[in-house]
Amino acid sequence: MSYLFDGTYAGFLCCVFDSFARKEPEAIPLLSGDQSADLFKAQRTVITDVESAKRVQKGLEKHLGAVAVRDFYRVFLSEDRKAWLAAFRVISRVFTAGPDILQNFGDDDVICFSLTLKKVHRERHRMKAFIRFQKSSDGLFFSIVEPDFDVLPLIADFFRERYADQPWLIWDNKRKYGLLYDQITVSPVQLSPEEKMALTTGVTLTLDERDEHFQHLWKQYFQSTNIEARRNMKLHLRHVPKRYWKYLPEKQ
Amino acid sequence: MERIEEKLKILADAAKYDVSCSSSGSKRKNTGGIGDASASGICHTYTEDGRCVSLLKILLTNHCIYDCAFCVSRRSNDVKRAAFTVEEVVDLTMNFYRRNYIEGLFLSSGIFKNADYTMERLLRIVKKLRTEERYNGYIHLKTIPGASEELIREAGMYADRMSINLELPTEAGLKMVAPEKDHDSVRKPLAFVESQIRELRSESKLIKHKPLFVPAGQSTQMVIGATPETDLEIMNVAKTFYRDYNLKRVYYSAYVPVTNLNPLLPQIGSAPPLVRENRLYQTDWLLRFYGFELEEILNPGHSQLDLDMDPKLSWALRNPQYFPVDVNTADYPAILRIPGIGRQSAMKIVQARKFGRLHEYQLRKMGIAWNRAHHFLVCADSPIILGTPSMISVKAAILQKPVLSKKANQLSLF
Repeated sequence: MSYLFDGTYAGFLCCVFDSFARKEPEAIPLLSGDQSADLFKAQRTVITDVESAKRVQKGLEKHLGAVAVRDFYRVFLSEDRKAWLAAFRVISRVFTAGPDILQNFGDDDVICFSLTLKKVHRERHRMKAFIRFQKSSDGLFFSIVEPDFDVLPLIADFFRERYADQPWLIWDNKRKYGLLYDQITVSPVQLSPEEKMALTTGVTLTLDERDEHFQHLWKQYFQSTNIEARRNMKLHLRHVPKRYWKYLPEKQ
Repeated sequence: MERIEEKLKILADAAKYDVSCSSSGSKRKNTGGIGDASASGICHTYTEDGRCVSLLKILLTNHCIYDCAFCVSRRSNDVKRAAFTVEEVVDLTMNFYRRNYIEGLFLSSGIFKNADYTMERLLRIVKKLRTEERYNGYIHLKTIPGASEELIREAGMYADRMSINLELPTEAGLKMVAPEKDHDSVRKPLAFVESQIRELRSESKLIKHKPLFVPAGQSTQMVIGATPETDLEIMNVAKTFYRDYNLKRVYYSAYVPVTNLNPLLPQIGSAPPLVRENRLYQTDWLLRFYGFELEEILNPGHSQLDLDMDPKLSWALRNPQYFPVDVNTADYPAILRIPGIGRQSAMKIVQARKFGRLHEYQLRKMGIAWNRAHHFLVCADSPIILGTPSMISVKAAILQKPVLSKKANQLSLF
């Protein structure tokens, strides 16, 4: 039985709620647009209901504590359907078998959940590392990224605390949304159709007059701090995979 | 503008032999300005030599009154000299930091005029960053040997980490290539900073808001392969320094030849001993996180680490009496000693086996290096082997080159 939901985390939790309410433990959470939704299998559209989602969340918190429950959200952000299914089953089993199940690393679902969690953590950490701000002429520090997973929600606090005294924008170019900090709060921003249009026809942002200078110095530093006698491109590529180069000035 | 570029080139180039780039272990919060220190540290990029770039690592100047043969900035060396102004370092640091290029500043310097004069300049920079720019990012500052205790103490109020390099692992080695220096001048300031950290810690039970003082602790560095010390000697020094000064890290830096004038040193063009350096770090980790004693890994009968295998595997091959370990019954420390199993997998094994005996397919999924580990463990579906396995054949099996593109056992349907 495929459970088709709206792609929000609340919707995902509602899949759990519905599968208990309807006694359908074999459900598979998917998006309505997913190719993997099996045409020959029965489908059910899950309506996102905030109250139901909250009940699942509260129930999990009672079993696991608020900190551990965040891990389910993180795995959800992987957008990986296999990991969704594993997380869905692990949640169900926390309710039926108790919280210890999370330590059963010999179990396929638990190990899949745990490995995905690790991947999301790594991507989150990479974004803390690889985000590069450019300063615009009006003082906005902006950055474009294309993370493997939808990790922007996981780095918002980090950047708000660290760069508290400068306005910044982090734009996820894969998912077409961003986070904007106005020195008070961080809020998600999306492009209006007109703005999208403008982007495809080409908009140039005016940079701060010293921005290019510092980008240049950074590249210079990157070269100078390298020890040629120790050259090890394999290691370099392992740490800075090519897919991230596009937005790293030192790799331009 | 061009001048600053040239300075950066010279002074980053001269600073790069200091391998420490750690930005972890501090807990500085952003208090109304910019920046904080992330407890886990962040590597913002990696150079083509595969080393982490976390900090803007520069010398204030490469003018130096010393003539240490292994150092590129030695006074007799014919290199371009430069010096940053205080403002230039502050401007570079802030602008790199605001663009998220770096976690912070690593500031070192050649010794010009004298120790106090140099330390005072370094202090001026970190003070300006903290007080005028309200900068709370990471600062790693070199303690200048011979600087006065007042200057060192004040610097410690602004820095997250301080370090002094031993340079060569032994006093004898140091005397060979840097007769003007000695290990005592390193020990003394390390001990002083450590005593200050300790003092503050005992006081802090009484005061609520204790001031930060070198919150990320101290570290040191030894150059490896310039002078003829054995790995046993090197690790003995490291062990002593970890113990006596409560160091956070000892760094081992494979010597990159910078001169042909000193016949005692490896000549330009000879490769730095990178594998050996790696083995020393692995040993360092085994001592600090895996419950090994130095004598088990290195001893007078075995004073050099194997280059063709990691020290844990080497230890296991020399000690077949401990193997195989049954992962379904052994305690955590014993599992941790199995080659190919790290701390995280060992923990997973101990937790998972409560739910049932573990099989090979489960262990593989947990991320252990099966090819190495399976010679040393038994699990639920291990074949029964009578007698003890021959470590000679185990070694041969592990060290043989992996066969490339062995896809023959994949089933093809079409």
